[in-house]
Amino acid sequence: MTNTKEKSFSIIGSLKTKSTVEKSAQVVFTTCAFFAVLAVLSITLYMVINGTPALTKVGIREILFGTVWKPTAAEPSYGILYVILTSIVGTFLSILVGVPIGLFTAIFLAEVAPRKLAKLVKPAVELLAGIPSVIYGLLGLLLLNPIMYKWELIIFKDDPNHQFTGGANLISAVIVLAIMILPTVINISEAALKAVPRHLKEASLALGGSHIQTIFKVMIPAAKSGIVTAIVLGVGRAIGEAMAISLVSGSSVNMPLPFNSVRFLTTAIVSEMGYASDLHRQVLFTIGLVLFLFIMLINFLLTKGLKKGEKENDK
Amino acid sequence: MTNSICRKKIRMSDYVLKGLIYVSASLSILLLACIVGYVYMKGIGAVSVAFLTTEPSTIKGTFGIAGNIVNTLYIIVLTLLIATPIGVGSAIYLNEYARPGRFVSLIEFTTETLAGIPSIIFGLFGMVFFGTTIRLGYSILTGALTLTIMVLPLITRNTQEALKTVPDTYRSGALGMGATKWYLIRTILLPSAMPGIITGVILAVGRIVGESAALLFTAGSGYLLPKTGAGAISKIFESGGTLTIQLYLSMSKAKYEDAFGIAFVLLTIVLLINMLTKYLARKFDVNLRA
Repeated sequence: MTNTKEKSFSIIGSLKTKSTVEKSAQVVFTTCAFFAVLAVLSITLYMVINGTPALTKVGIREILFGTVWKPTAAEPSYGILYVILTSIVGTFLSILVGVPIGLFTAIFLAEVAPRKLAKLVKPAVELLAGIPSVIYGLLGLLLLNPIMYKWELIIFKDDPNHQFTGGANLISAVIVLAIMILPTVINISEAALKAVPRHLKEASLALGGSHIQTIFKVMIPAAKSGIVTAIVLGVGRAIGEAMAISLVSGSSVNMPLPFNSVRFLTTAIVSEMGYASDLHRQVLFTIGLVLFLFIMLINFLLTKGLKKGEKENDK
Repeated sequence: MTNSICRKKIRMSDYVLKGLIYVSASLSILLLACIVGYVYMKGIGAVSVAFLTTEPSTIKGTFGIAGNIVNTLYIIVLTLLIATPIGVGSAIYLNEYARPGRFVSLIEFTTETLAGIPSIIFGLFGMVFFGTTIRLGYSILTGALTLTIMVLPLITRNTQEALKTVPDTYRSGALGMGATKWYLIRTILLPSAMPGIITGVILAVGRIVGESAALLFTAGSGYLLPKTGAGAISKIFESGGTLTIQLYLSMSKAKYEDAFGIAFVLLTIVLLINMLTKYLARKFDVNLRA
């Protein structure tokens, strides 16, 4: 009963205190909302402030288009072209492997699977998304790398120029990344497929299209913007992943060839930030800045794509 | 392929595509089963009472993760203490106060952006901003503040979704009876949205438990348990590695047995969190229907 009394008191409470409480509540909530803006602004600012000094000290061309990475040598060289290329090639390949598998699984869940089976598989996919990335790295290191090493021994048996990597190479990293983007691709494509209006599907079936034809010729084009979003998010996840691939991909900066030991933008930061100092450290921040720019580009494409998708749906 | 569908009566492509669909789906499921199965098989041998309740000792040559478990708890609690009020407040502003306009779309855009930034960037930012500029160094607090920014979008979004499902009649009813906006939020909206908020918080816990890249250069890698009462408080200003960080370090030192033991513990936590969110989501649905 006392509780009710207190409550009714605050409703009837004097106008003055009421309006102060109201106003301060609004101010507090507005401040909370502003935190996200503040965070993005300060992250951008700090990335730029810390990432640009190295560009002017070493030279933009030497850093971005140099291919020799010897930050700790007597005459250091800070070319990160191969690192950038590795991230682009690695992400592209993992999308190439992961997206078809993910999309087909999404079709399975949304259209083909019996409802009971789908109910079992869906949580499994969600669980795949929740597994910490270091665990993927651990499994990649112990399961994938030995297999890759066997292949490497067979393929490069007679090649004296090849540096053996023990299986820590680009392919291993691409496989790990492809597995890691699966949940993203599956969940978002499935949602997009399920959102396709029923009448489109029914019309296609009524015109004599088979179920598979309907899926691939009607539903996928209709769910296009959702599927594109899934792919772009997958790209974002793949390019930003660090811990899972830092040990799996090897530890030297090389051309992104399948059996080379490679460094990604992310893994370069993870493995060298611990001991880097001075200019080396600043160059690592430049690598971070490059990664940040890639992510911002992806975000920009995403918001643009989403808006376009919404407009199409409105029609 | 596109032409052949129209010409042929027996559509081979149908069978091929259907086959591909089944192969892909079973591959995805098989992957998960293998990952979980392999980790449990390899990890069960390493987990013991001593493994869970002691800290590593070079003198005895033993390894334990008690320190890392405590660090993980510290970071979870600190992060949520800071992130939950801000995230919920931000969602309330967006859903209850704001009128559509530039400011709102700016907030929504930045929330989206925050959700898309990879954790290694948060790690770099946390290291220079909280670590160097605010002079917190490698400490649990630095890690928690960094993760606060990271999980903020998660909590904001889940709260916003929950607030959207509160029927407008509740609002007009309360306002019509003379309740002020703050009273409405405090006594009607927040309790109704509670399951959604809790779901967001649990998802944030999952994200924190699994996070590693953002913590490596912010919270550091300390593994000792606090010894005294004062030590328990000053611990937040000292370096402390979570389970994932310890897993990564064990892995890079090629101590795979320890690594699998930690992976076992982590995977169990993730499974529990997953089940908990499922349970809450189901309960939430029932509430809506009632």
